[in-house]
Amino acid sequence: MQINDLTIRAATVNGSGSQSANLVLANAIFRLGIPVAPKNVFPSNIEGLPTWFDVRVSPQGYQCRSREIDILVALNPVTWHADVPDVKPGGAIIYEESYAVTGVTQRNDVVYYPVPFAKMAKEQIPDAALRKYLTNMIYVGALAELLGIGEETIEAALRAQFKRKLSAVDTNMNAVRLGMNYVRENLPKTDPYKLEPMTGLTEGLILMEGNTAAALGCVMAGCTVAAWYPITPSSSLCESFIQYCDRYRVDATTGERKAAVLQAEDELAAIGMVFGATWAGARAMTSTSGPGLSLMAEFAGLGYYAELPGVIFDIQRAGPSTGLPTRTMQGDVAFAYTLSHGDTKHIVLLPATAIEAYEFAAQAFDLSDRFQTPVFVLSDLDLGMNLWMTEPLAYPERGFDRGKVLSAADLEAAQSWGRYRDVDSDGIPYRTLPGTNHPNAGFFTRGSGHNETAHYSEDPNVYRNNLDRLNRKFETARGAVPKPVVEESGKPTALIAYGTSHHAVVEARDRLHAAGVETDYLRVRALPFTPEVFEFIERHERVYVVEQNRDGQLYGLLRAELPARSIERLKSIRHYNGVPIDASAIIDPLMQLEQTELVPA
Amino acid sequence: MTSGAPPANVNSAGLTREVYKGLASTLCAGCGHNSITNHLIKALYEYGVEPHKLAKMSGIGCSSKTPAYFVERAHGFNGVHGRMPSLATGAKIANRELMVLGISGDGDTASIGLGQYCHMIRRNVDCTYIIEDNGCYGLTKGQFSATADRGSVLKKGQVNEFETIDVCGLAIELGATFVARSFSGDGKQLIPLLQAAFSHRGTAVLDIISPCVTFNDHEGSTKSYSYVKEHHAILHTPDYIVGGQEITVDYEPGTVQEVEFDDGSRILLRKVEIDYDPTDSVAALTMLHEGRGRGELVTGLLYINVKAHDLAARENLPQKPLAQLNENELRISREDWSKLMESFK
Repeated sequence: MQINDLTIRAATVNGSGSQSANLVLANAIFRLGIPVAPKNVFPSNIEGLPTWFDVRVSPQGYQCRSREIDILVALNPVTWHADVPDVKPGGAIIYEESYAVTGVTQRNDVVYYPVPFAKMAKEQIPDAALRKYLTNMIYVGALAELLGIGEETIEAALRAQFKRKLSAVDTNMNAVRLGMNYVRENLPKTDPYKLEPMTGLTEGLILMEGNTAAALGCVMAGCTVAAWYPITPSSSLCESFIQYCDRYRVDATTGERKAAVLQAEDELAAIGMVFGATWAGARAMTSTSGPGLSLMAEFAGLGYYAELPGVIFDIQRAGPSTGLPTRTMQGDVAFAYTLSHGDTKHIVLLPATAIEAYEFAAQAFDLSDRFQTPVFVLSDLDLGMNLWMTEPLAYPERGFDRGKVLSAADLEAAQSWGRYRDVDSDGIPYRTLPGTNHPNAGFFTRGSGHNETAHYSEDPNVYRNNLDRLNRKFETARGAVPKPVVEESGKPTALIAYGTSHHAVVEARDRLHAAGVETDYLRVRALPFTPEVFEFIERHERVYVVEQNRDGQLYGLLRAELPARSIERLKSIRHYNGVPIDASAIIDPLMQLEQTELVPA
Repeated sequence: MTSGAPPANVNSAGLTREVYKGLASTLCAGCGHNSITNHLIKALYEYGVEPHKLAKMSGIGCSSKTPAYFVERAHGFNGVHGRMPSLATGAKIANRELMVLGISGDGDTASIGLGQYCHMIRRNVDCTYIIEDNGCYGLTKGQFSATADRGSVLKKGQVNEFETIDVCGLAIELGATFVARSFSGDGKQLIPLLQAAFSHRGTAVLDIISPCVTFNDHEGSTKSYSYVKEHHAILHTPDYIVGGQEITVDYEPGTVQEVEFDDGSRILLRKVEIDYDPTDSVAALTMLHEGRGRGELVTGLLYINVKAHDLAARENLPQKPLAQLNENELRISREDWSKLMESFK
């Protein structure tokens, strides 16, 4: 028997309601106390194209994708022949009975479970409009019966899924029972997979999408202006923000809303609204993805040089250009870091988990206010749009850090002030907000050359001093951004990763350990790099930088900043096919590179 | 505001006219934009604008330099080319107590920024949006802009082959709630229109023809000083009356149209020749079309709608600026937070 360790793949048709069924399945397994990692692999299409949903079930709690498919639910005739070979030997295939098993894809090393889904749905579900959707619940029932998930667990998951539509629970449960009964009566179990309740692994945890977590971070950070232009996979971030503002920020008596969400005409307008709002003193954000980030480049430079706060979420997808709009990538790291022309550079936060999506969102507003500069939060589709097991998000214990803002009273007490004067030798000047009632409060914000008092200047020394001060500010930021997470025990070989690649590294290190290859690990959580990153590299002989892009973008940034003696220690491991990275994508190239290193030709 | 008449040399905000001045202009001597600046200084002074509440916004171009030349004490923002409307939108949403005054140009508005111009109008952001319109790009040495009339000739002889974009007609078509056109050389008309624009709750578009003395002030240009002077078709002579003030100007009954704003201020439009109703958008568009056909520059308050809600009202924002709300006012309560987390199980 193979207990609690398997990956189920449902191959369905986009727009058929399979998403609800898949989420119920994942939630039911989670309710048994077994760690799950659901991943949606969906097309750039509203309805009709193939879509896949993997539920990885892992007693070790691995949250990354697995290439090994144990059970396939084949409900898409178009991909049927392509999906069958993906199942590992010994696996099982639950499929629509009317599909032909014969032909090139016929396999003798898997178990086939034919189910007459269409026939059952037609005969047993009277409402034709619901039939398509409920068919998916029949396979949830079939899987539940084969794997040993009890009826009450599925029902609890259905209740969680249809929180406000309890009538839907009964309808769906009936469909689930159809699947269960069919398997019980017609399909003797011959596959090795079984689920058994576990304890101590999922208790107290929740399932949350990264974009939801980020939106909650924005709410708790006091973001009051969100300006956005819809783009996959970022849209759900602003949509969640709207939802939470509707629920928690509307005055019950007056109907007044303590937030404005503006759907802009394009990304240029979205980031413009953000900077207009932050200039006037509000906390503001926008969320976008690669193509939108490209359009924001000019304004990003203004934000950097005129020193305006603003939080930009980039939920990365596969590029270049339109690329694969519904697939994942870490392809914007180098671009975001120096977004805009001239010498522009930005603080970039790199969340890997739902908790970090929440905490970094909130922290981005503090950093942005404190350093008076745009802050980019680089999530990706995998983190943003998939469910992740996580601790509940913690209630913030600290107030907002609004940074160096001078009030009218401060101005009254001050001898003099200059908007761009480095008073504290940290590169960070003081600012005033429009509306401050003091004759000295006003100043002129501009993207052209300016001196310490914000007056126009083309003086070469003034310009250079200003750029140097901005650099000083960036160096101060280096000490304030989230530090890396380090797991180190003096091994010569190490891994560096960031963002969602982390989850594949966790599994890869365990498997490497089992094969006798020990590794240390550092996870970068922000740009600019903090000193810990360079020190870690110095302490290791070989450092593999794992990332999900073709060109090794973080690897390149590290090489550019490392002392010459360390550069050769770095090796690059890249994964860039649009689906989330898995452990094998790290282990295979690493072993190859290790052998090359250790056994010179 | 205190009761009784203020001293002679200060306005209702208790400030002298000096306060409304800015840095010395670096634009060409004789530039129409400088005249506009002077009219603005007078209009803002007379209106009694409190400098700390004024947000001067602009994009890029000759016109966009203007905010530096008046009310130096106010906050100013010189953004990127054509994108001032989004900055103005953000600023006004963040702090609805600010009086947002945007200064733009014809390149800034009608070419690179046409999209943002349209959408600001569509949203009816509460701001005064001035277009200092000279039909050319001054800072890059005189190329045509999209407001240049077809057939208009540049200094070096190039003829504009393309139709003009009439920023006023476009604004009316888009549902703008205040659209006026004037001429930089006509302070008598411009100042009351500016003050009416300040009082208007919504986007007040003011297209001000402002001859470029360096690149577009010669024979063949339809934006030259002499052409505008000769083809200036005035709809009415306006007067602006601050809320609560007695009307002392002598008007013949039946020839005056009065528009009252939310703050009790009024603009009085004395009709010059034609029977024109600025609350009729179809009539306004027809009149603009006909005027253009005759080669005339029709000026005055072209269209007004004081009933529409501005963006902040539509968004139902609180009177207290969003920018001033603190953590206690913005965070989800601990109790609700626990329930929310529970719902993700």
